[in-house]
Amino acid sequence: MNKGKPADLLSGPLHVVNVGLESFSEQLKDLGVDVVQVDWSPPAAGDPDLARLLSKLGA
Amino acid sequence: MDVIEQANRAAVDRMFAADPVLVDVIPAVEAIGFLAEGHKILHAGPPVDWSRMCGPMRGAVAGIAVFEGWAGDLEEAAAMAADGAFEFHPNHHFGTVGPMTGLTTRSQPVMVVANRAFGNLSYCTINEGLGKVMRFGGNDEEVLARLRWLRDVAGPLLAEALRSGEGIALKGLIARGLGMGDEMHQRNIACSSLLVRELAPALARTSTDRERLGELLQFMSGNDQFFLNVGMATGKAIMDPVRDIEASSIVTAMSRNGTDFGITVSGTGDRWFTAPVEMPEGLYFPGFTEADSNPDMGDSTIVETMGLGGFAMGASPAVAGFVGAGAASEAANFTRNMTEITYDSNPEWTIPAMDYLGVPSGIDIRRVVETGIVPTINTGIAHKEPGIGQIGAGVVTAPMACFTQAVHALAEQLGVS
Repeated sequence: MNKGKPADLLSGPLHVVNVGLESFSEQLKDLGVDVVQVDWSPPAAGDPDLARLLSKLGA
Repeated sequence: MDVIEQANRAAVDRMFAADPVLVDVIPAVEAIGFLAEGHKILHAGPPVDWSRMCGPMRGAVAGIAVFEGWAGDLEEAAAMAADGAFEFHPNHHFGTVGPMTGLTTRSQPVMVVANRAFGNLSYCTINEGLGKVMRFGGNDEEVLARLRWLRDVAGPLLAEALRSGEGIALKGLIARGLGMGDEMHQRNIACSSLLVRELAPALARTSTDRERLGELLQFMSGNDQFFLNVGMATGKAIMDPVRDIEASSIVTAMSRNGTDFGITVSGTGDRWFTAPVEMPEGLYFPGFTEADSNPDMGDSTIVETMGLGGFAMGASPAVAGFVGAGAASEAANFTRNMTEITYDSNPEWTIPAMDYLGVPSGIDIRRVVETGIVPTINTGIAHKEPGIGQIGAGVVTAPMACFTQAVHALAEQLGVS
């Protein structure tokens, strides 16, 4: 594993893992940046009541 | 909740223990006595009346009324339907399923699949082939003549052949079909061929009319989707014993009538959870576009409900191209996605190209709502006007609203708020 200094993050080539909104990764891809997209969304599409109910149902 | 986990384990165990066997072909009225009196029409999907039926469903209703002799022509049939002369019920309420419009009436022959592990029977009409057919709303003389041939020639010949033996075991046949590139919804080439291979010796022994036998073998051999209806009856036979398991959050049926998409869930019994049906996205036959297409339709989603179709896309890279789902190399992604919303993987129905991963089985409404991933369905696309037929094939998703409603209903039933 490469343990470079924090400053290296900004000077070397970027390798990005984007979690969630795909449009972020698409914009980076358009700029030629190496991106891995991880599909993720908040449970129950962000509806807190529904997420709570699901939690009680063991989801 | 432990009670839900235990119920879901029981539900999926019943799916895996099923032993579906094609045993007979009989007139629908013999299978479903309810059809004997009056002008009763069973249709695909959750309940829908004439006023809310889509174009192809109306076209099929008019055609089947002429076929049954209830109306002299299509115009009279449509007028009778508008006057309430016909009684409409979902196939699913009678152990039956039908593709696309899915109409089942008393004279049509239905294939009988027995689930020998649980003793239940399920029914489905015989597949008519592609193009202008009643399941896509076709209703002209060519369509009606084929229905008469299915009733008078194909049905009796198949019945005699099946009755001469022990039936055709379907679980192993489907397993072989998966290994040969079928997903059993939009690709049934392997299973149709395997079925003909199973049936041909008995047909040769029991048929006394070579000309008719030749017609039937040619019809079956020329229809790559012949097995679809057998697979659907298999799905119904497998999923019916999963109904009514207290607290289970496993989906027992998904179905569409061209207007509404509906699901039923084991723990909430026969109650339908419905939402407006979605439009398929796919590829169109030459001369047709998305503007011509009808919303999603048919009971054939019972195939996905048991873990095949869009759930088994990884077994069928060829179908990914046919339904416009992307490159063959992406087919496995559809199957992987469905593992996020299902309870288990089928130990006997495996996908060789995915390191023998079992098809994702037992759709859990909780996981669907939690993840936001809805079931992927491979489907045929019908023209929106009655009488034209199939114009393409594609992929459609089940509406999230059905699953959200079901979660609320199950929670209420369990006293969870």
